[in-house]
Amino acid sequence: MRKNPYWSDSIDRMQSAAIDGEDFALPEFSEPRIYSRRTFMKLTGLAASGLVLGFARTDAANSATSEANSFPLAYIQISRDGKIILYAKDPEIGQGIKTALPMIIAEELDADWQSVEVVEAPTNKTLYGRQSAGGSRSVRRNWNELRHVGALARTMLTQVAANNWQVNINECTTHKSVVTHSLSGRQFTYAELAEDAAKLSIPEKSSIKLKSTSQYQLLGSRKSGVDNLQLVTGKPMFGIDQKIPGMLYAVYEKCPARGGRVKSANLEDIRTMPGVTDVIVMPGRDNPFGPLPGVVIVAKSTWQALAAKRKLSVQWDETDAAKDSWSSAVAQAQKLAHTPGKQTIAEQGNVDKPLSEDTRVDAFYHYAFVAHAQMEPENCTAWFKGDSIELWVPTQTPQWGRETVAELLSLDTAKVFVNQVRAGGAFGRRLFNDYMLEAAAISKRIAAPVQLVWTREDSMNQDYCRLGGFHQLSGSVDKEGKLSAWQNHFITFTHDGKKPPRAGGLKENEFPHPMINNLKLTQTMLPWDTPSGLWRAPSSNVLAFVIQSFIHELAVAAKRDHLDFLLELLGRPRWLEPGNPEILHTGRAIKVIKEVTEKAGWGKPLPKGHGLGLAFHFSHAGHVAEVAHVSVTEDKVLTVHRVTVVADVGPVINLSGAENQCEGSVVDGLSTMLGLEATFEAGRIAQTNFHQYPILRLPHTPEIDVHFIDSDYPPSGLGEPALPPLAPAVGNAIFAATGERVRTLPISKEGFRV
Amino acid sequence: MLKLEVNERIYNFDLEDTHSPLLWVLRDQLGLVGTKFGCGMGQCGACTVHLNGAPVRSCSLPTSAAVGQAITTIEGLSREGQLHPLQQAWVELDVPQCGYCQAGQLMSAAFLLSNTPSPTDEDIDNAMVGNLCRCGTYKRIRKAIHQAADTISKEGQ
Repeated sequence: MRKNPYWSDSIDRMQSAAIDGEDFALPEFSEPRIYSRRTFMKLTGLAASGLVLGFARTDAANSATSEANSFPLAYIQISRDGKIILYAKDPEIGQGIKTALPMIIAEELDADWQSVEVVEAPTNKTLYGRQSAGGSRSVRRNWNELRHVGALARTMLTQVAANNWQVNINECTTHKSVVTHSLSGRQFTYAELAEDAAKLSIPEKSSIKLKSTSQYQLLGSRKSGVDNLQLVTGKPMFGIDQKIPGMLYAVYEKCPARGGRVKSANLEDIRTMPGVTDVIVMPGRDNPFGPLPGVVIVAKSTWQALAAKRKLSVQWDETDAAKDSWSSAVAQAQKLAHTPGKQTIAEQGNVDKPLSEDTRVDAFYHYAFVAHAQMEPENCTAWFKGDSIELWVPTQTPQWGRETVAELLSLDTAKVFVNQVRAGGAFGRRLFNDYMLEAAAISKRIAAPVQLVWTREDSMNQDYCRLGGFHQLSGSVDKEGKLSAWQNHFITFTHDGKKPPRAGGLKENEFPHPMINNLKLTQTMLPWDTPSGLWRAPSSNVLAFVIQSFIHELAVAAKRDHLDFLLELLGRPRWLEPGNPEILHTGRAIKVIKEVTEKAGWGKPLPKGHGLGLAFHFSHAGHVAEVAHVSVTEDKVLTVHRVTVVADVGPVINLSGAENQCEGSVVDGLSTMLGLEATFEAGRIAQTNFHQYPILRLPHTPEIDVHFIDSDYPPSGLGEPALPPLAPAVGNAIFAATGERVRTLPISKEGFRV
Repeated sequence: MLKLEVNERIYNFDLEDTHSPLLWVLRDQLGLVGTKFGCGMGQCGACTVHLNGAPVRSCSLPTSAAVGQAITTIEGLSREGQLHPLQQAWVELDVPQCGYCQAGQLMSAAFLLSNTPSPTDEDIDNAMVGNLCRCGTYKRIRKAIHQAADTISKEGQ
């Protein structure tokens, strides 16, 4: 095994850094502070009348850093004019978190949602703890903290009212930003109480009463996204929309094979092109996450920069560059498939006996690399100001970005200001901040504010793709039709020769492994130099396809109904590791599976050429089952008529947003399984733009029914878990309709089309 | 000096390169950033604007070709502070996820309704096939177009 000599940093380590380090603990809160209108405006840049009430984390209040003191109004501001500002702490990337998190506060606060204004929080670890969008974790991470914040403020406002009326606080109720004394009917608005509430001490945690799920009025209702009006009227919302007076525009040409360096380029020709102000050869640094070596063109408009980039001709030194080839990886994997596998991941019982004596099924599954292809290309606006830098960047990891910019420019983190802006999609691409580092480096170099924009072609060839992979599966079913053995030789990739990157692994505890008495999981790794990344529902998005399809294959071999076979495999209802939300709960699984088959009419008679397919997958703390209804013509034209989704993610925060995420996951899952692949030759991704990367279009969208289980487990996120079951549900439906098994993603490789 | 009519307003400005696609003139020179850059080759529809009422891909349209024509962008879809019924339906049905493609979607849908006030699903398929949504909000887009069509027909009665 070799290691690309160019990379000093471990890709595996960076992948883990992007999504690890979660803090689910509830922090202590500081005493509230009151600010004059003038101070408030100075701190926040927002207009407000009267006084405001704000809470921060205790560690922020105690901190002597200027950072904590410069922005202490962490979550809630209630001003005298009745406006309630709630800060949305985590990045909005299309998952609806800018609406969902403030809804949690507003529920416990009993704020009138109509008068709530939501503002994107600044990037500040001291004030907000971890701020990131990844792993569908934002709701889980913030659930306790935000409920407490809301309840704390509600309690203090109520206390002021009770003191004023000289009654017991228990006689007071709150509703839509008003405190009412039940017996006398007297009322105060929150606006009238805010100033005095801010003078109270923080009450004991034990005196704070959180609502029970049944008391929720706002949570679980359908709310339109807080930015929707601005979005549909074309207001500047996104990273690429930022404008700074005097700002220049930059593009960045890098070697299409990762790790290549600039040998020579027609720099002089480019310098004379209209509007071009700077042409810079960037040495880059020895890190797969940027900034990479390349040629930067700075111009007075985006178009001038783009036009110059078209004329740019760079000769690359590819000595250390990636030489990856997908076709050669496929050929190697096919050869390796029937070998035992170099490493053992897990072994239980003995697979050999049942595999030789029982009814046996062998299957080779494989799936391609895919690109993120989020609609808004990578961009970042950076303004280096000598001893500090301010950035506007669509990112999933603003804090990590902030720290890496500080490190790159040798600045104190406190001197790096990262403005969160709406991201035009992310899907895992924006966990890495290479484009942010690039913009920071350029702004420092030219000593001017600059907006770096990538082209679609840059976005494709500089992506951190989802890894492809291969599974040689063998399974058996005994005379009673029960699963008797499961063997998987997983052929994956490695960047460091030691282990697969995070999203390229196969876990021992992945369903159904823990349920199988005779189990053998082995692994062989192929070297891969181009850094891979994390793509919506990492590893789950492919493992669900392989595993849930193969379970169906075994059910068919056993001549059993897929539903019965799957339920039998799950066994009795139990939490495999009680209390751990990362671990499968078979009871919740059984419930979503039963519910989805009921809703979809499992077993109903269908016309010839039609079929229903079922799949379940547990990931990101979410239990999701889906049934697809498809039809297939003789020449393999596939129509997906309807997909039914049932999810158990605990109490739903914003029903509209939750349904939207499930609908989007179905479309994304279908789009990806149908025709998306990023193929590599000589280290280059062949697909350059949407004409070669056919994202699903509106006419092929199925009907989608989404249902949620009313459950009392702590809520979890929905950005990802509804995606993995889609591909196997459709694949199993194709089998039901045609008798043909799909084992390759995208299925266009097997001749299917829409 | 170049003269463009955008959203019923006349803009006079200098442009070194009149081949510059309209998209970048709208965004960088006129500050109308609602129209989005997605692919640069007319594949995704994020940059859709109206030229004399018909949808065009502004990323591939030389600005010189737009001179003397009436250009409408997403910023001009609502008139006199009144949201277009499509914009209203988009908000009511919570269509956007990331929202980046939605300006282009709305412009394509607005053209559809201007010609076909009561579109069938097939009409919607044909009108919207050129606009990608990577988040997959298509189901809601279809529903919102139908809802806006209903609103318009009720207003007309």
